[in-house]
Amino acid sequence: MTVKKLTVRKALCEAMSEEMRNDDKIFVMGEEVAEYNGAYKVTQGMLDEFGAKRVIDTPITEHGFAGLAVGAAFSGLKPIVEFMTFNFAMQAIDQIINSAAKTHYMSGGQVKCPIVFRGPNGAAARVGAQHSQCYAAWYGAIPGLKVISPYNSSDCKGLLKAAIRDPNPVIFLENEITYGMEFEEDYDDDHIIEIGKADIKKSGSDITIIAFSLMVGYALEAAEELQQQGISAEVIDLRTIRPLDKETITESVKKTNRCLIAEEGFPFASIGSEISAMLVEEAFDYLDAPIGRLASIDCPLPYAENLEKLALPKKKDIIKKAQEICVGI
Amino acid sequence: MVQLNKEESLKIYKEMLLIRRFEEKAGQLYGMGLIAGFCHLYIGQEAISTGMKYNMNKDDKVITTYRDHGHMISLESDPKKIMAELLGRKDGCSKGKGGSMHLFDLEKHFYGGHGIVGASVPIGAGLAFADQYKNNDNVTLCYFGDGAAHQGQVYESFNMAKLWNLPVLFIIENNRYAMGTSLKRASSIDALYKRGEGFNIPGVQINGMNVLEVITKGKEAIDYVRSGKGPILVEMDTYRYRGHSMSDPATYRSKDEVNDKKKNQDPILSFKAYILDNKIATEEEIKIIDKEIKSQIEEIVKFAKESPEPDESEIFDNIYQ
Repeated sequence: MTVKKLTVRKALCEAMSEEMRNDDKIFVMGEEVAEYNGAYKVTQGMLDEFGAKRVIDTPITEHGFAGLAVGAAFSGLKPIVEFMTFNFAMQAIDQIINSAAKTHYMSGGQVKCPIVFRGPNGAAARVGAQHSQCYAAWYGAIPGLKVISPYNSSDCKGLLKAAIRDPNPVIFLENEITYGMEFEEDYDDDHIIEIGKADIKKSGSDITIIAFSLMVGYALEAAEELQQQGISAEVIDLRTIRPLDKETITESVKKTNRCLIAEEGFPFASIGSEISAMLVEEAFDYLDAPIGRLASIDCPLPYAENLEKLALPKKKDIIKKAQEICVGI
Repeated sequence: MVQLNKEESLKIYKEMLLIRRFEEKAGQLYGMGLIAGFCHLYIGQEAISTGMKYNMNKDDKVITTYRDHGHMISLESDPKKIMAELLGRKDGCSKGKGGSMHLFDLEKHFYGGHGIVGASVPIGAGLAFADQYKNNDNVTLCYFGDGAAHQGQVYESFNMAKLWNLPVLFIIENNRYAMGTSLKRASSIDALYKRGEGFNIPGVQINGMNVLEVITKGKEAIDYVRSGKGPILVEMDTYRYRGHSMSDPATYRSKDEVNDKKKNQDPILSFKAYILDNKIATEEEIKIIDKEIKSQIEEIVKFAKESPEPDESEIFDNIYQ
């Protein structure tokens, strides 16, 4: 176990590079991943280390290279497909869902598809509606896919390594704003985080705040302020969207009796909707207040600075909503 | 044109006839309600999968669309398991979970059986990519129809396949109708084999109703790709006798057109005539084969009907590994 400071960007790069050193079936492909060193520099230095056979620049052709990578996975290779953003993966979503996720089942288990689709997901800053959507709920709805969306560097590294080793298709949703964030954390020599396990990032007793990706940071900051106001919040980082760690969530809510879910995706049929419904089924008798949900407003993300601020939940929104849920404490 | 000896000729005849009779039986079983959903028959197109198989190496790969029964049979997959799959039974090649459109047999290097028009093309390029990555000399035969030939991802695949010189044959089975839309009404050009020109992919047109031409020109195409020159585009001119799927009465074309093809261009009848005209085998020998196929089909149907439905407990198996 070593303690080191690592940016999310570097953690992701280390995850891919370490796995590629151990298994020559792994390759990475996508737009600008090689000679440009990654549109967001996540693959920095990888072309130099692994060469053009294994770090492959593609034309701008998401549907095509996603399908090509699926074919390579069917044939025993282990592709890592980088989408410059998951917004562009909508061009490829048929290959991800109909080909990657379903073929193992449709073939009665014959065809295997060990593939990782990764890249930034959700809103960045001031990039407008077409570059700002969160796809966690979309991919989370599909049997056959695993969906991961971590926050800090250690989780990003450990879960990406686990995703690459996983024999199933994995959607790995990153966040552009977190790429430059630096975290000082513990690392194992072979740093693997199990897929499907949420992490209690802060213990508390009055309310469970559930978040994933960038929103975890806001939730932790909000929990600190709430503490000063006498509200003890437990913060759960989902880390994996599918399979959802229902046990950690329900156990926490059975303890705190209150729950708030915060995310950047659209509110309709969201991750918060799913968790909320699950808690009503699994922990109804334990709830002392209605479950709260925070999401993007139900609107394409606006460009104007003031309007964009209104659209996405921030620390202050989490605090306000938690206060409402915890009224009387 | 290739010269086949007696044994080879009869084998080719038998393989085409097996597909024909299998598909006719599938049509009947569909009518009886034993096969459901979408079921796309290969009748009329048998010379293509049969002729191309003749020149394939053992580890070469095949991928196609939902009109996949004939391709699996040509690769010598067990037709009993194929029929059981069509009936949705436990002993089906996909354990009853795929159905007519989703046949797979990885032991025979058959990668499906894909239901989204055009989607199997980049996957086929990916199979070829994997062989290039592994540095072997396998080739991939990536079949699709004239309808799929208009999908954007087909051209994305052409571009990458030539850019990286992948060992793939893009084979368009041009049966003239994309469901109910004739090629004339869907394509800005008639000659689909020219669709690769903008990518510097050579194209070749083959009479897909003539198995000897498929074998002869197909060999040249396979040899070209195996030699490392990159992809090739093959247009097989063919014709399907039945509707697009079993639910299609095919009213968009005339009976005369269909009857003309059946009478004058049928791949099996014309090859039979070739065998007899050239005294490669006798009428009696052909009749023996016809009888063998008939009893084989009976066994296939018996096996499929007797196979139980999948256990309900298996419903969640094979979602994840």
